[in-house]
Amino acid sequence: MSIDLSQFIPTFLEESVEGLELMESSLLELDQESDSETINSIFRAAHSIKGGAGTFGFNDVTEFTHLVETLLDEMRDGRRKIDQDDVEVLLDSVDCMRLMIEAIRDEVTCEDDKIAQTSILLEKTLAISSHDSNKSVAADSDKIDESARTALCWQIRFIPQHHLVQTGNDPLLLFNALSDLGELSVFAKTDDLPSLSDMDAEELYLTWKLELISDCSEEDIKEVFEWVEDECELIIEQKPQGMVVNENVVNVNEEEELPSDKLSNEIIPSSGEKTLETKTNDSEKVATKAKPEVGSIRVGVDKVDGLINLVGELVITQSMLSELGNDFEMSKVERLVSGLEQLLQNTKELQESVMRIRMLPISFAFNRFPRLVHDLSKKTGKEIELIISGEQTELDKTVMEQIGDPLVHLVRNAADHGIESADIRIAAGKPAKGTITLDAYHQGGNIVIEVCDDGAGINRDVIFAKAVEKNLIDAKDVLSDSQVYDLLFEAGFSTAAEITDISGRGVGMDVVKRNIQSLGGRIQVESVHGKGSTFKVHLPLTLAILDGQLVKVGSETYIIPLIAIVESLQVESDLINRVSGDMVLYRLREDNVPVLPIYQLFELSAECKEVDNALLVVVEADGQKVGLMVDDLLAQQQVVIKSLADNYQQVDGISGATILGDGSVAMILDIPGMIALAKKIGKENSPSIIQDSIGENA
Amino acid sequence: MTKVLVVDDSNSIRDMVSFTLKSAGYETIEAKDGQDGLSKAQSDGFDLVISDVNMPNMDGITLCQELRKLSSFKFTPILMLTTESSGDMKQRGKAAGATGWLVKPFNPEKLLATIKRVVR
Repeated sequence: MSIDLSQFIPTFLEESVEGLELMESSLLELDQESDSETINSIFRAAHSIKGGAGTFGFNDVTEFTHLVETLLDEMRDGRRKIDQDDVEVLLDSVDCMRLMIEAIRDEVTCEDDKIAQTSILLEKTLAISSHDSNKSVAADSDKIDESARTALCWQIRFIPQHHLVQTGNDPLLLFNALSDLGELSVFAKTDDLPSLSDMDAEELYLTWKLELISDCSEEDIKEVFEWVEDECELIIEQKPQGMVVNENVVNVNEEEELPSDKLSNEIIPSSGEKTLETKTNDSEKVATKAKPEVGSIRVGVDKVDGLINLVGELVITQSMLSELGNDFEMSKVERLVSGLEQLLQNTKELQESVMRIRMLPISFAFNRFPRLVHDLSKKTGKEIELIISGEQTELDKTVMEQIGDPLVHLVRNAADHGIESADIRIAAGKPAKGTITLDAYHQGGNIVIEVCDDGAGINRDVIFAKAVEKNLIDAKDVLSDSQVYDLLFEAGFSTAAEITDISGRGVGMDVVKRNIQSLGGRIQVESVHGKGSTFKVHLPLTLAILDGQLVKVGSETYIIPLIAIVESLQVESDLINRVSGDMVLYRLREDNVPVLPIYQLFELSAECKEVDNALLVVVEADGQKVGLMVDDLLAQQQVVIKSLADNYQQVDGISGATILGDGSVAMILDIPGMIALAKKIGKENSPSIIQDSIGENA
Repeated sequence: MTKVLVVDDSNSIRDMVSFTLKSAGYETIEAKDGQDGLSKAQSDGFDLVISDVNMPNMDGITLCQELRKLSSFKFTPILMLTTESSGDMKQRGKAAGATGWLVKPFNPEKLLATIKRVVR
């Protein structure tokens, strides 16, 4: 009989990942002063992983985790002092376990030197204090005697203590189990039965003599009595077969008359039925075995309840509307309108609730940072404290998955370039311990994540000089602070005097910026030299829905992401500056904004081809403003983003498409892409001048 | 139908024990820790309790002690599901009134075979 448990593997893996996270975060907090609950919770997590892994036959995980668990157990019992070296070993072990778990999830074999090394290290650590009590975990079960396999007659004397039934054990069921091993005869002895007045109904006064004809070993018999071995006298003897003593047979049925009301007469039924039943269930289960899912979200019950409520309301509205439609008269228009309004309301709420399901607290992304900072602090020899706040701020799961790496980079940078070494800090009158703060909060429809350090800050002169050296700017250029900081995100830019293995290869910051931009977000730097720097990442809450401004160009409707729009205005002709040929600059207060006619970019026929009196939507991307010339401004609305690349192909200047209320398809403009496109077109037309006029605003 | 209370803080273990028992025709109720298990035991009768030892809020040993104080659980078999197979652990379980123990790694066939020693 086999029961297929593989359907529980995904749950186990998910749970293990959570367990590992808990172990990691608790280990980071762990020190001499920690209360016992911290170490207990770490132990429990390891314990569960080991138990689950053993069940599913992931033996490498079981063996490895057993070492971890043993070490934790020693710490838990106070047999071993909690010292930092051991914690480091444990942290490495957590990494190894994660590797193994991930390998199982991805269904690959996991061969990593780190695992072997760490397990040697664990064994070494354990050997140092080797009053190890539970070394022989698996040993007992191996020494089952394989020799005796011919049918033997076993004579068993079973004398239970009076209180045996009070621990929930039942002799009849034990005999039942024995009868599975072979042919069993049971003789009850009533010698010790007290007189009725002395009898306690909750006590057991009977003793038994059992005879078992079976090919089993003594171990097999002992195993049946495993749970009662301390509460009974058990004598097992082997007798030559055929000499079964038949005198004095007291049938078990007689027990009916005996005072022990716990006993009944159903002794030794055939145990075949249940087994059969299970088998049929099994074969069904095998058929429905599914591949592990790629990912799942845990959703709070309250969110699901909310959804069910909303769907209920939707159904009510629907039935109201369909009733209204059955025999519609003009007099009912008012009710129709209010019904439709209700429908709109329901749909909106439902949409919001569904979106909320995908929202997870950002702590999922923040969780890895305590460990990271701990490691960085060790590697750099700087004392660094990490403060995390706003971890309950919710963010779309897909955004969360993609923001992790850029954030890691920013934190690494802060630890490596930002925070100074202790002596420099003290000389500057700062506490020796540096602080990195991670914060998240909502602002409008966006989430802002701040990575802030109290280190040296950014030295704008150094960056400026470096940029000149790299020919990114001209030495005569006058740049604002934020323009200088933006240089940090240029490809190949690194100001670290020495390249360390943590950061400073100059790859990274540009990637960080690109990643954030691809999420529809932006990054902003604030810094005070000597006081520290703050990197602010602005991200949309979700990637699936966008607040957009609908605009008309010719017969087409386009959508401009609201987040990119600075302002919309009617062109005043005296502020227009024609630079050369097709290039037009519009004077917007102190800025000169290049005007991009959308109809030209996409080769459309527009109603309005003259810049004078045109409508201009000023948008900003990459710190660069441009004015998009449109025919008309339409409504602002939330649109659902459909990927163009998935459904058609990538188009320059277009980030996606959506379907409007009237069923028509509208393109969503990709502002940075459009600017790049305009530059390219500009280059073809008149190389230098246009290039400069756009570049100047950078 | 034989009714079993399964107490474990690990979802996967709980699911598996439950699944195994159900497939063998037992009825199961699940509890996520000792506290939860105790409150479920107080409002319902069971023919068998299978409990993990290491759990938050209330561990299996305490749960066992508490259950034995209830008159309806005086004779109910209580099995501890544990990876700790040391004698010390068994002793503590016994002292708390546990009927027996099931050693993890958890093997479905073994589970069904062994619980037959304590329930019908």
